[in-house]
Formats: sequence, structure tokens, C-alpha cells
Amino acid sequence: MKIVLCIKQVPDTSDIKWTENNTIQREGLESIINPYDVYAMEAALKLKRSYNNIEITALTMGPSQAEDMLKKAISVGVDNAILLTDRKFAAADTYATGKTIGTAIKTKIPDFDLVICGQFAIDGDTAQTGPSIANTLNISQVTYVQEILSYDTDSITVRRELEDGTEIVKVKLPALICVLKDYFEPTRAKINGIIKAQNTEIKTFGFEDLGLAAEEVGLKGSPTYVSKAFRPAAKDTQCQYCSTVEELAEKIKLCGGLNG
Amino acid sequence: MAKEILIYAEVTRDNYIHTVFFELANKARELAEKLENAEVNALLISKRGLAADYREAFVNSGITKIYTAEGENFETYNTDYFAKAAVDVIQEIKPEILLIGATNQGRDLAPRISTALHTGLTADCTGLDINEKGQLAATRPTFGGQLMATILCKNLPQMATVRPKVFKPAEQNFVKPAEIIYKEINLENTPKNVELLEFQRKLTSEINELDSAEIIIAGGRGMKNEAGFNLLKEFADKIGAAVGASRVAVEMGLASHEMQVGQTGKTVTPKLYIACGISGAIQHTIGMDKSEKIIAINSDANAPIFEIADYGIVGDAFEILPKLIATGLSK
Repeated sequence: MKIVLCIKQVPDTSDIKWTENNTIQREGLESIINPYDVYAMEAALKLKRSYNNIEITALTMGPSQAEDMLKKAISVGVDNAILLTDRKFAAADTYATGKTIGTAIKTKIPDFDLVICGQFAIDGDTAQTGPSIANTLNISQVTYVQEILSYDTDSITVRRELEDGTEIVKVKLPALICVLKDYFEPTRAKINGIIKAQNTEIKTFGFEDLGLAAEEVGLKGSPTYVSKAFRPAAKDTQCQYCSTVEELAEKIKLCGGLNG
Repeated sequence: MAKEILIYAEVTRDNYIHTVFFELANKARELAEKLENAEVNALLISKRGLAADYREAFVNSGITKIYTAEGENFETYNTDYFAKAAVDVIQEIKPEILLIGATNQGRDLAPRISTALHTGLTADCTGLDINEKGQLAATRPTFGGQLMATILCKNLPQMATVRPKVFKPAEQNFVKPAEIIYKEINLENTPKNVELLEFQRKLTSEINELDSAEIIIAGGRGMKNEAGFNLLKEFADKIGAAVGASRVAVEMGLASHEMQVGQTGKTVTPKLYIACGISGAIQHTIGMDKSEKIIAINSDANAPIFEIADYGIVGDAFEILPKLIATGLSK
């Protein structure tokens, strides 16, 4: 089985600093692998540990620095890596991103069986790119996957965690799944893995390699655009501090309409 | 022809219309006034007869028409069939705007529709407006809630998803029932590749606990371990509260994803929100800052949670919670 693992480098949103002009200070902002993509990667590696003949290709679209993330993926057990990088790809919305990544999969890994994505990326938090890739590839999708239960030549069975309960679904391959979270210990790189990462060539493709028109990628290929960005208004509340637990209990009783 | 704003009327597993539909319809009628009095209509994909059965219920949304694709193929949600039906109807009626609830189903379906129609989709909007050029101006938090962005769309329909409880349903009564327009969908060339083998329903007490709770007591990094969350649960039981969590607490394995409040979790609006050991990063507060009253318990006097709290106490939740439990507060 050939797995395409879609991963994304994101800024560490827990560590954002502001400039005097109320814009996000991007310099020195640390990049991390999107946490949900780590779950996606672990789901792929778990399959590889459980079944024979599983080949995982990690794929990302981003600046050349994203190579570091791909090397890390190889060091923990991913087999190949593809970087889609081009100035023309920049500022793509989820539609253009889905189209670019979908086209890359179609043309560079046409015999893929399964695409695995994280459910969200913590920077944009749209949960749209996975389904958009699936639509471009004209394959079915399963979102909110918590665990891959089994793999059988032409299908996989997965567990979905939804608002109202848990679903077990079987999906015919090729398909795309979006992974929410699994309970796991992250795979650590072993020395062999690190050596392999150093020796594995990251295949890099640009705009010219995908056969798309300039109007189909990046900012030009994006139906949506940001008209303004601003810092959310701070709530104007004055906190009244309690000095004792009794005082606090009184406030809880009052606000919550409680007895006692 | 009048312009149309179309609202996806999500059908739940029990064949109810999801409440988010009524919230979106109410907001849409406000948008329609700024859009040459556009018509607000519903798209319903369901088992046979649901549109007719719910004609009365739909009156409360104030919509004009219900476009419905119905039949045995639509008895339970599946992405391939529902996306095909939605795309066919939308291509025919060409609405200006399409709004979908940002539920599990909505977030699964919406990007399939937008990609197939080569149009844009703005996820999880917290504000919707019509700008001076008559475009949908969709505002949403991004960068973990630390930045708000207003997004426009070049193509039609302009699509947006909105979470439940962001907008309010209409309070006034409408009288005119909607006109039902039936649409036949040809699924001959649409494969159904996903098969539901089993569904295990959550207990009623687990569903929507956060959505309907009057009091929520939520824990973050400061609750440290399972014992910390057990303290929360014990106090919550006494005062009839639901237990919520920050993203960090979920990532630490202390709480399930369903309990998560904030940008990648739920938006909640209880009467009282008690934040224990939660620092108050914007990605969390964006999901709870519309609570009527907020009480913060945190050992760090500089934690940003105090900036949005009405009442607070600086101290260790591990010492404070047992004392609160001992006060005998009850529902």
C-alpha cells in the first residue's frame, strides 16, 4: 500500500508576539509540525508497523525551510519525501492548496492508495484542505478519524469520533482520511533513521512541474482573499479578586444560582 | 429574479433539523436586507417526507423556500451522495451565498461542495456582514485566535461555515409556511465508497453537556493530572456543572476532545464559567468569553484569564477546590 502523508509546517501559535502596528511579528516565530499532522504521521507509521509492503511518502507545500520537517519525518520511519515549493504557490487559500497538492499527488504518485491528513492545522484551523484534496483527486474521504482499525487490500476500516457518538466505517481505497487524534507515544528517531534522513533526497517540485496554469495556484488561484486583518478587541472587564475561598464560594453561589 | 441566500438544513442522525440552521437563517434574513431583499431559502437533503413533516417547524426560521432532495439514498449522511445532491441543486439555483453549520457534518460536507463548485469557503466565522459592494464579508479568528481576518470571495456562491451558538435564532413568530420544491438527483455515476458498519451512541448525559450546561467548570494545564480533573468533576457534580477543558489539558490526555473549549473545540455561552488552572490564551478564551460571568482560579496572578474574568482568586486549584467542595454548595 502506498500512503501519501500530507503535513504542514505551522508557526507555534502559542508563542505569538505583536509589533507596535498590531501585526504579527513573524521574525523569530518558531515553526513546528502541525500537531494534528503528527497524529496523521503516527497513524501511517502504525500501519507500517502492522502490515507488510507499506510505503509512506510525506508531502508538504511550503518554503524551502519545510525540508527540515520532511527530514524529521524520514528519521522516524517515513520512506520518501516531496516538497512543493515555488513563489507562485504562495498565499494560496484552501481551494488552491487542495488543487495544488491534489495535482501533485495525481501526477507524482499516481498509484497511491491512501492519503492521510491531519484534521486541522492550528494556524488556519479550517479543516478544509483534506476534503479539498480528496475532491481534486475525485476520491472519497473520511474525516474525524481517531484510529485506523484494519487494512485489507482494497479497503481500510476506521473509527470516527463524532459529536453524537462513535462510528466504525469501512472505506474503499483509494481514499483520503483526516486524523483527529490517537492515543499514542510519538515515535522517536533512532540513529539509523537520522542517518537515513541525511542520505535521502527530498524530491522538490515547483510550478513548472505540475502542469497547472498560473491562475490555478497561489494567490491568483484562490477564490478567497483577506480584506482586512485586525487584533481582536479586548473585553473590558475589571476582575474583582477574592481574598478567601468563602468569598469565592459566595460569588459562585450568586452567579450560578446555587444553594448552600 | 430575486437573489438567494441558501442555508444548509442539516439533518441529525435522529432526523431532527439541527438548531444551527435556525441560527443561520435568522442571521441570513439580516444579511438579506442589505442584499436587495434577497430570499432566504433552505437546502434539505433527507429521507423521504421530511420537508413535508417539518413544514411547520420551518416556519420558525422565516425562510421562503425549501429545496429538498429526498429518498432512501439520503436516509443517513454520507459525503459522496450529499455533496453530489448539494452541488446539483446549487448549480441550478445559483445562490449568492451559501451558509452551513460548522458541525462535524457541515465541516465534512462544505469543503467538498466549495471545491467542486470552484468557489471559496470561509470556515468557522464569528461575524457575517454585507459590505458596500454587496459582498459577503466573513470574519473569523485565525492564528490560534490571536488575529481576526475579514475574508471576501471572488466567486459564487460565497460560502461560509458558522459554529452552533455563534448567532441566535429568531425570536419573533412567522406565519407563512415555506414552499417546498422537490429536486431529483441522479446518483448513477456517484459511487458510495464509505460503508457505516457500526454506530455507538454517546449516552445522553455525554452529548451536548457543554452546549446546554448553565455552569461549566473547566481545567487547563494547571490541573496537572488525573487527580486534578477528578477534583473538578467532584465539584462539578455538586453544583450541577459540566466539565470542560483547554486544548493543553486535552493534549495532556486529561480530557477528551469533546470536552475541549476554544478555537479547535467548542464555543460555549453558559451562565457561569469557572476556569481552573487555565492561563487564558486567546485560543481558549475565544470559545468562552461570551459566558455571562467568568470566574478564574489560577496560581499565576499575571495569567491573562484574569483580564476577562469578573471574579478571580489567586491560588492553587488543588487547595481551593477541596475547600469549595467542603462549603456544601449545591445545585
